[in-house]
Amino acid sequence: MKIAICVKEVPDPTAEKRIDPGTNRLVRTGENTLNPYDRHAIEEAVRIKESGVETEISIVLVGPASAARTVDKALAQGGDRSVHLADDGLADSDILATSRALAALLERDAYDLVLFGQQASDAECYVMAAAVAERLDRPCVSQAASLTLDGSTLRVKRQVETGYDTVEMPLPAVVSVSDAINEPRYPSLPAIMGAKRKPHEVLSLADAGIDPDTVGGAGSRTTVRGLSKPAGRGASVRIEDDGTAAEKILAFLVENKVVV
Amino acid sequence: MDFDLSDEHAALRDTVRTFAEKVVAPVAEELDREHRFPVDIVRRLGEMGLMGVPFPVEVGGGGGDTLAYALTIEELARIDSSVAITVAAHTSLGTSPIANFGSAAQTERYLPDLCSGRRLAAFGLTEPEAGSDAGATRTRAVEQPDGSFVVNGAKMFITNAGTELSGVVTITALTGDGEITNLIVENGTPGYEISPPLRKMGWHASDTRALTFADCHVGPDAVLGPRGAGLRQFLAILDGGRISVAALALGLAQGAYEQALTYARQRNAFGRPIAAFQAIQFKLADMETEIAAGRHLVRHAAWLKDRGRPFAHAAALAKLYTGELSHRVVNEAVQIHGGYGYMDEYPISRFYRDQKILEIGEGTNEVQRLLIARAII
Repeated sequence: MKIAICVKEVPDPTAEKRIDPGTNRLVRTGENTLNPYDRHAIEEAVRIKESGVETEISIVLVGPASAARTVDKALAQGGDRSVHLADDGLADSDILATSRALAALLERDAYDLVLFGQQASDAECYVMAAAVAERLDRPCVSQAASLTLDGSTLRVKRQVETGYDTVEMPLPAVVSVSDAINEPRYPSLPAIMGAKRKPHEVLSLADAGIDPDTVGGAGSRTTVRGLSKPAGRGASVRIEDDGTAAEKILAFLVENKVVV
Repeated sequence: MDFDLSDEHAALRDTVRTFAEKVVAPVAEELDREHRFPVDIVRRLGEMGLMGVPFPVEVGGGGGDTLAYALTIEELARIDSSVAITVAAHTSLGTSPIANFGSAAQTERYLPDLCSGRRLAAFGLTEPEAGSDAGATRTRAVEQPDGSFVVNGAKMFITNAGTELSGVVTITALTGDGEITNLIVENGTPGYEISPPLRKMGWHASDTRALTFADCHVGPDAVLGPRGAGLRQFLAILDGGRISVAALALGLAQGAYEQALTYARQRNAFGRPIAAFQAIQFKLADMETEIAAGRHLVRHAAWLKDRGRPFAHAAALAKLYTGELSHRVVNEAVQIHGGYGYMDEYPISRFYRDQKILEIGEGTNEVQRLLIARAII
């Protein structure tokens, strides 16, 4: 079984996000790291491997050359090899362009399963898995809360607002896993020390056979025209607990038709 | 010259930091209050290869170097000194004698369990009346006609000997007139008695015991290295251990400083955050400066050891300086917290209690000064 995990390098999620007012883009010059949601996808692949299914786990990343450290972090978490598309021509790619690059990388190999984290902690778009699946013409399920392999069929419990859907899909397929699917393990010291020694494939756009006009700024179809802070919460009601707070909260909720 | 950590070292530091913040920090106060040994945390550290950082992967170790080990201890101590000393004592004092001086049979027998954290190791050097004066050891091991030994004596302030994971202690014993030999004694050996946990000022979640040996019989295979090599062996063990205790002091100081900084930004007095007052700013500036200096000393000592160069002097400098700087930093960190710093509501009071031993354990400040003075005069 060949599993690919598409991972992203993001600004350290514990640091405050800053927008460059000149470019309307997120400032990425600080500490960067592995998107924390991707750890759940890696953990799920490792569990499939540990269940006895012969599995090769590939880490797939589109990002600058400096993201090699993030590739190694993902490998330490549990990958066997990596494919890193690093090319200056990728700068300014939007979802459309990045999904094109990822799909091109994924088409280079016959992956049975492509996993994503549910979202990236920087752009918070949630849609990359679906965009890539569309390009690959493969079935896609998002918000997977559990995965069960049965031969060439994958059963996915999908977290929805009202409970769970159970979806069966044939492989090959694309799945984005929810952050409730597992608790990712901490990488071990030997795995951290050994990450660099695993096979790394670093490709340029030309290596991957990607037309430079279809990615980067040239291949993107969205432009950030402006940014503004969300509107304030408006008038809020403050309730001090003098022993009747619960009743007051209930009255407020009923009045605003939150509960009936 | 390169002051950057390698990618691997940086990744390790980040991993241990996250683990300490997510797994250790939420239970640190409870472990301290209940004087409870963190069995589950040790098990998880073992799974991560952190109970045997500097030992080779082939024997079950983490395959790291001294710098990796120092970073691990620093990051753990930034959150909880009890967990940090449990790892440090197990690694530097408990496991390293066997790893460095043990026979093939001894390393094969003990290291896989020790490096993985399935078993804990202790080192019994200090005695009720032999601390800094370790040569005054009174514990005696008398050789029998069959080559075995009968041990009688007592050890004091021993870390990791009495937990449910404790498997083995290496002790120094007199095997002849002025002849010190190290012996490996397994938990459960008849005549090896372990006291209840000792009551202490800090390090409440770490295991500290008094040990007694009453006609304790160990086989010839308990001898570590050549007979009579005990003094040379324990001096080498202590030299290495100093780097980890220095890293522990550094981590404690870093943690205390960060807490003080956070508190100073939040706490208002006279209509402003207290961080706006120069009296507080200067304290924080001094902390930042001294911690940076201490970090260079610790990393330099680790760097020398990793290159196989003499490191004992650098380790003594690092141990002395970080021991004393951790005292100054934690003292001012409590001061910045004011009355709340004296309450157990904030972790800083635990840090304050955990600090003092860093100027005593594994060579007092005075012993470090003696070592340093001997090297320069």
